[in-house]
Amino acid sequence: METFQGFERPDGSAGIRNYVAVIPSVACANGVVAAIARAVPQVVPLYHGHGCGRAVENDMHIRTLANLGRNPNVAAALVVGLGCEMIKAEGLAARIAQSGKPAAHFEIQQAGGTRRAAARGIEIVTGLMADAARLARRPLPLERICLGLECGGSDAFSGLTANPGVGRVSDWLVDRGGRVILTEDTEMIGTSHILRRRACNPEVAGRIGAMVAEAEKLTHDLLGPLAAYVIAPGNMDGGMSSIQEKSLGCIVKSGTRPITQVVDYGQVPDAKGVVLMDGPGYDTESLTGLAAAGCQAILFTTGRGNPIGYPIVPVIKVASTSRLYRQMEDDMDVDAGVVLDGTPLDELGRTITQLLTRVLDGEHTKAEVNRQEGIVCLYTLHPSF
Amino acid sequence: MASQLITVHEKDNVAVTPRDFKQGETLTRPQGPALVALTDIPCGHKVALTDLAAQAPIVKYGEIIGRAKQAIRRGEWVHTHNLMSVENL
Repeated sequence: METFQGFERPDGSAGIRNYVAVIPSVACANGVVAAIARAVPQVVPLYHGHGCGRAVENDMHIRTLANLGRNPNVAAALVVGLGCEMIKAEGLAARIAQSGKPAAHFEIQQAGGTRRAAARGIEIVTGLMADAARLARRPLPLERICLGLECGGSDAFSGLTANPGVGRVSDWLVDRGGRVILTEDTEMIGTSHILRRRACNPEVAGRIGAMVAEAEKLTHDLLGPLAAYVIAPGNMDGGMSSIQEKSLGCIVKSGTRPITQVVDYGQVPDAKGVVLMDGPGYDTESLTGLAAAGCQAILFTTGRGNPIGYPIVPVIKVASTSRLYRQMEDDMDVDAGVVLDGTPLDELGRTITQLLTRVLDGEHTKAEVNRQEGIVCLYTLHPSF
Repeated sequence: MASQLITVHEKDNVAVTPRDFKQGETLTRPQGPALVALTDIPCGHKVALTDLAAQAPIVKYGEIIGRAKQAIRRGEWVHTHNLMSVENL
């Protein structure tokens, strides 16, 4: 059995990092969360812009925020609420605590304002940090790894070098009993029949068909003629001749193994193997969905050079060309452009796999070194009220 | 300078150019025999690896990405002028 060095959580999941997360239940709590993070810089603040004023997205946002707290890379969480918001700190903390990990909460209005709330938060996270520090890495089976797949700022070579290279890693992990999650519905338009053929049963095939059809319909309904920019045969000048060709270049990240489940945005799958997540193509929101779904690491391919990482999940950047790699070497972890010089894709796959295994064991990605945590961007479908 | 054609999947009947090629240039491959470019082929575009009859499936990533609008010869540029996009394959 192949293993990595990870942190075992009470629910049996396996972290590759050991963070104490501080989660605002609502955007109004970001300031207090920031005060806590200034005082205890080792905590990971999950700043976001939601938690109230929405109706349709409430369930999705509750699920997503709670599942971020439940991500295996998080050892313990503090949820800071305001008091009058729709998404309550107590409810989020209770959902996180269901996984068995410590989850504290309080509300700013009840604590008596910003300063007293910050002081209370600092005291709580200091205790959580001390407990988390007692946890040590130990060998855990690779089958507990869930790997997120993302492409952002693609170019004509993404589908030839970086994405098929990542596809090799997907096959490698799935063959070891692990899970990969492919998302970004808009990148699947035109390849529904190919994805359905890979489904492990007719029910999964049906869900794939419905998800891709809905993505295509939504794109047309909302964008009208502008839909062509999203779903047209990519950039014709770049060499894409059909929508199938363009989308195949994206879905090739998921490798070749059967698709076992389709989940909603930010939902934790139960099947191993290749899982599809219904979610947007916008990178930052997509990363949130993957992190909430329980991914401990994310492979992110890029042609134009996107430097973003994620607060609680190491993100590995795979550059589609050597030119981009050299141009943004501080941000790029892997040069997939070597394929254009004759390096076989299998060899690129092995290079990415070796880096991934080191990252699982604790080696920092470029995005981690650069502190490219950013903020938590949440998917939304409707206006706020 | 990169010069070898890139084939993504063993079943593919097209390969991708890593740079601009001029008509008459030799296109080499890591595996498989070299071929001669019958037309200019831009960087990142596709070249036919075999002679393709009209209506023949054009395969990349091991999947059908379209069909030949007309007969396409080995070494010819493959793009929207000679590839039909096919809905509901």
